Amino acid sequence: MNFTFPAVSMSFFSVLKDQIYECLIKENRYMYIVTGLGNTLLITVFAVLIGVVLGTLVALVKTAHQNDPKKMRVPNAICSVYLTVIRGTPVLVQLMIMYYIIIVGTAINDIGTAILAFGINSGAYVAEVIRSGIMSVDRGQTEAGRSLGLSQRTTMVKIVFPQAVKNVLPAIGNEFISLLKETSVAGYIGIQDLTKGGDVIRSITYQPYLPLLATAAVYLVIVIALSALLSKAERRMRRSDYR
Amino acid sequence: MKKVKMFLAATLAVSMLVPMAACASFDTSSGTASGTTGTAAASTAGGNVTMSTNAEFEPFEYKANGKIVGIDVDIANKVAAKLGKTLQVRDVAFDSLPAELTAGKCDFVAAGMTITDDRKKNMDFSDSYFDAAQAIIVAKGSTIKGKADLKGKKIGVQQGTTGDDYCTKNYKDTPPKRYNKGADAISDLISKRIDAVVIDDYSAQKFVAKNANQVQKLSDALTVEHYAIAVKKGNTQLVSTINGVLKDMKSNGELDKIINKYKSALESD
Repeated sequence: MNFTFPAVSMSFFSVLKDQIYECLIKENRYMYIVTGLGNTLLITVFAVLIGVVLGTLVALVKTAHQNDPKKMRVPNAICSVYLTVIRGTPVLVQLMIMYYIIIVGTAINDIGTAILAFGINSGAYVAEVIRSGIMSVDRGQTEAGRSLGLSQRTTMVKIVFPQAVKNVLPAIGNEFISLLKETSVAGYIGIQDLTKGGDVIRSITYQPYLPLLATAAVYLVIVIALSALLSKAERRMRRSDYR
Repeated sequence: MKKVKMFLAATLAVSMLVPMAACASFDTSSGTASGTTGTAAASTAGGNVTMSTNAEFEPFEYKANGKIVGIDVDIANKVAAKLGKTLQVRDVAFDSLPAELTAGKCDFVAAGMTITDDRKKNMDFSDSYFDAAQAIIVAKGSTIKGKADLKGKKIGVQQGTTGDDYCTKNYKDTPPKRYNKGADAISDLISKRIDAVVIDDYSAQKFVAKNANQVQKLSDALTVEHYAIAVKKGNTQLVSTINGVLKDMKSNGELDKIINKYKSALESD
């Protein structure tokens, strides 16, 4: 029994070495994963930017309407429809609708379409998160700001919003991490993203193990790095709490 | 006021970045030389013609060394040369190809696509350039020996292909399991989740060659089919250009040379 263990582990490592060679090194196949990662990060970064801008606008409209039902009735209705539709359909279906129905022709290329689709999708969820953040800020803050003579807009921008963001930073971080992984369906419209890269290697080599696990590992590393960055940001924002 | 202006400026700047990103994207989805950054090109602009395909169908289109190559790609390059444009290749799922044409994402589709009446309703076909058949792949040592044995068995097909149509029509009680790509069907055949795979004959040879000790191809041919290049419905100009190219290639032996080039690559693997 003791003699077979080194033999077994040796053959495992040699099988692993063969697989690594065939799936990653032969014909520079690791490049499918590298360029896929580049595309995934590109889509994620710009979709996040669009999502934040869109989400903030929608959240502000919704809170303004909530505070004073007479104001912003039409914008609020538009935002409600936007939130319901986007949160009520799967992101893959939205992506395909955006790609095959809305953006007809090649005016915007496939990566641009994906950025738009994921950005709009993310915006809906970010809007709700920011809105809950704004509502969680004590009403006393708004009252204090107004009674000091600041306008509604200045109070919101300088007093309420920063506190809201600090409160919901974990939830927004969560949303960004989800977005990174949601982009894995971009392969459905022909984008060579990270998941598709592993997929291509899998269909060339017929080996599921290394391509799938390598793809998963790359996502994992990116998410861990993102989480570390986010907790650093949270810690800095919390410094002022203990003054 | 200054802060508001700065905020607005920042938002506008961010939204300006989106089209820039769209242009300067890592472009492995189009272009025959993937693996390098490049600029995405619209097929209507100056010197590009776009072809959509499903690059998982040896020897007609497949990925090797980071590029998409194959019989269809070679033919497409000839068409592009005739038009005086550069070829851009898009790799999508096979069943998305009709949508690619209708939505104008490509100029033509060359994907080992068989002419069928249903497909003719949604796209126009060129002359055929290859005669094919649907073949059956089974695991080595399987009890399935021919067409008749398929009844009641679990069959795998690639979604949207004529193999899919054939099995759905003929085995209504046991509809086939549909996969996004042939390779997935073969993997399931090897892991015994399905009993047989029905897929195009020429590519079946390649699938079997890559997994020779686990699967085998039966000699029965289920259908007789003809591959052609598809264009958007009504694009008669492009169809006649493609037909012209195909006719030249057939008469000067170039088409046979290309097919045999990949055939020997098939057999030497």
